[in-house]
Amino acid sequence: MDTKRKPKLAVWKFASCDGCQLSLLDCEDELLDVVGEIEIANFPEASRAVIKGPYDISLVEGSITTPKDAERIHKVRRASKVLITIGACATAGGIQALRNFQDVDKFISIVYASPQYISTLKKSTPISEHVKVDYELRGCPVNKYQLLEVLNAFLNGRQPITPSHSVCMECKQKGVVCVMVAHGTPCLGPVTHAGCGALCPSYARGCFGCFGPKETPNTHSLSEWWQEELGATKDDIIRAFRGINAYAEPFRKESETYELQ
Amino acid sequence: MNSSKTRAKTAPVAANGRRTIKVDYLARVEGEGSLQVKIRNNEVVDCKLGIFEPPRFFEAFLRGRSYTEPPDITARICGICPVAYQMSSVHAIESAFGATVPEPIRELRRLLYCGEWIESHALHIYMLHAPDFLGYEDAIRMAADHAEAVQRGLKLKKTGNDLVALLGGREIHPISVRVGGFYRVPTKKELQPIAEKLKWARDAALETVRWTASLPFPDFEQDYEFVALHHPDEYALNEGKLISNKGLDIRVQDYDRYFIEEHVAHSNALHSRIAGRGAYFVGPLARFNLNFDQLSPLAREAAREVDFLPQCRNPFKSIIARAVETLYACDEALRIIENYEMPEQPFVEVHPRSGMGYGCTEAPRGILVHRYRFDEHGQILDAKIVPPTAQNQRVMEADLCAVVTEHLGLDEEKLTWLCEQTIRNYDPCISCATHFLRLEVERLD
Repeated sequence: MDTKRKPKLAVWKFASCDGCQLSLLDCEDELLDVVGEIEIANFPEASRAVIKGPYDISLVEGSITTPKDAERIHKVRRASKVLITIGACATAGGIQALRNFQDVDKFISIVYASPQYISTLKKSTPISEHVKVDYELRGCPVNKYQLLEVLNAFLNGRQPITPSHSVCMECKQKGVVCVMVAHGTPCLGPVTHAGCGALCPSYARGCFGCFGPKETPNTHSLSEWWQEELGATKDDIIRAFRGINAYAEPFRKESETYELQ
Repeated sequence: MNSSKTRAKTAPVAANGRRTIKVDYLARVEGEGSLQVKIRNNEVVDCKLGIFEPPRFFEAFLRGRSYTEPPDITARICGICPVAYQMSSVHAIESAFGATVPEPIRELRRLLYCGEWIESHALHIYMLHAPDFLGYEDAIRMAADHAEAVQRGLKLKKTGNDLVALLGGREIHPISVRVGGFYRVPTKKELQPIAEKLKWARDAALETVRWTASLPFPDFEQDYEFVALHHPDEYALNEGKLISNKGLDIRVQDYDRYFIEEHVAHSNALHSRIAGRGAYFVGPLARFNLNFDQLSPLAREAAREVDFLPQCRNPFKSIIARAVETLYACDEALRIIENYEMPEQPFVEVHPRSGMGYGCTEAPRGILVHRYRFDEHGQILDAKIVPPTAQNQRVMEADLCAVVTEHLGLDEEKLTWLCEQTIRNYDPCISCATHFLRLEVERLD
C-alpha cells in the first residue's frame, strides 16, 4: 500500500569535503532507527545500490563550481520533492569560495600543471543561486543533531527548530566567559549563526564563523570594536570574514568594505 | 533490496572479444570517482580510476594566509580525516619555525590521532568495505543478517568520534588544535569516562581482528613497495623518517628529492612515484608490514592469533591491517590516558620566521605530506599538500589490471563488483586527492 511507503531519501555531493554527509553516518546511535523510518534510496558514500527517483527528501552537500555541476543541480531539483542544503558549502559556497575574490585562472595554474584540462567556474556558489531550496542547514560541518531535527521536521510536516540567534547567545546560555571582553581575543560570535553550541569560546578561542552570518548581523560594529578595543588591522578583519563563509553576503560585504579602504 | 540497481554498468562480451567494465559513480568511497577497464581478446588493455570531483584550490588560497590558519583551513579538505590535516600542518609549520612542543602536548596529539584512526578505520571496515566481502550493497542491508557486527562497528566508530570530540570539541573539523599545541587541554579527570569506553572498544577491536580475518579473501598478491613513517621508539603517527621495504630511508624534509608527481598518458590524474622506481603503497598494510614490531603486545598477539603476519602482499587483507591498527589505537589511547599529566600551558609560543617546513604524518589512509614556505611575518608564500589517496593511485590502477586479468572468467556483474572492491581496499578519499588531481571532464551520468 502506498500509504505505508517509506519516504525516499537521497544524498547528493557537489564540491565539498564529505563531512556533512558523514554527519549522517556519525549518528551511530540513531542510524539504524533512521533507516527504519526512511528508505535510503541514493547515498553513494554509504551504498552501491540506487533506487530511482523521485525522492521525497534530497540532502545536498557542496557548492557549484563546474559547468557540469551547474547542470546537474537542476536534475537533482527536478527529482526532489524537498531539497535541503547541508553545510557551509551548499549554503554559502564554502571555503572554496575564496576563489571568488581572485582570478581563478591564476589559482588553476598554481595547483595544476596542465591548466587547459581544468574545467571550472569563476565562482563557487551556493545551491540557492541555481535552484529553489526548501531549507538551508548551516555549519562547517552541520550539527548532526540539527540534521536529525530537520529530517524529523520534514518527515512530520512541521518547521525545523534551529535557532537563528548568534553564537554570543549560546555562550550566555552555557555560561561561557566572553573571550573578547575577558581575554581580548577577536571573536566572530556576535555576528555568527548559532548551532555549534559556542564551541570555540568554550575552548578558549574566538569563533571563526563556521555557521555563517546570523540574521541581521551588525558586522560593521564588530569590525570597529575589533579595531578600537583589540587593535585589529584592516588585514586581520578581511582575513576573519574571508573564511569558511566568505561568500555569504554580510561577510562578503564586510571584507570588501575593508579591501576598498 | 532486490528492486534496487547498482551503479555499475556492464556490457556483454561483444563479438569482437571486447568487453568494457564501467562504474560511473564509485560507491562507498569518500568523494566522486569512476572506474573503467577495457578488455580486448581476453587481455586488459586499459584501467582507469577516473576522478570527477571538482577541484577546490586549497594550495592557491592558502597563499597570503597567516601561519595560524592552516590547521583550520586544511581540515576542510577532508571531513573523514580532518585531524590528519591538522597534524601534518602544525608539524610542518613548527618545523619551519624551529619550534618543538613539550612531551604532554606531543602525547595529546597522539591521543587525538588515535581517535581519528579508530573512527575512520571502523567506518571503513564495517560500513564501506566488509559489505563487499559478504556480498551486500551496504552496511544497512548487511545489518539485516549481521546485526551484531554492524552494531559493534557503529559503537566502535562512536568511541573514536567521542575521543576526537572530547579533545577537539567535535568529531568533524575539531577546533582545539593550534600551532604550538592546543587552545585547551583536558584535565586528567575529564579523560576518565572515555577510558571506560576505550576498554570496551579494545575488546571490540580484538573481536574485529578475528571477524575480519574470517572473511573470504581472493588469492591475490603483488610485489609492492610499501612506504610508511618509521619512528625509533613507537608505532609512527606524527613523526619519523620515511622508509620502505625496498631500501628507502629518508628524512621527511627530503621528500621532494625522492618523490615525483607526474602526468601519465593513460590517466587523467597526477600520479606519485618514487624517483627511479615507480608505484608505491601507503596506508595501514604498509605500516603494518614495516612497523609490526612496534605495535603493542596485544595488537601483535591478535595478529599472530589469526595468522596475519608481515610481509602481507594481499591488498584485500588491508581490512585486517585496519582492524589490528584499531586495536593498537585503543591500546595506545589507554596508555596515554593512564600516564597523562595535564601540561601547565596548553600550547607553546611559536615565533614566525622566513623559511620552509615539511610535515608528514600517518593519516588513516597513509602518509600525508604538507610543505609551507613563509615570509618573515609568517605569511604563507606557497603551500603543497600530498594526500595518501593521490599517492596510492598508481597501485590502485595496477591492482585493477592484475585483478581483472586473473578473473576474466567471472561474469560481468561479479567482475565489476570485484573491481570496486579492489579500489576500496585502499579506502580512497577522493575529496582529499582532488585538490591536486586533474579533473576528468567527461561526466557519465
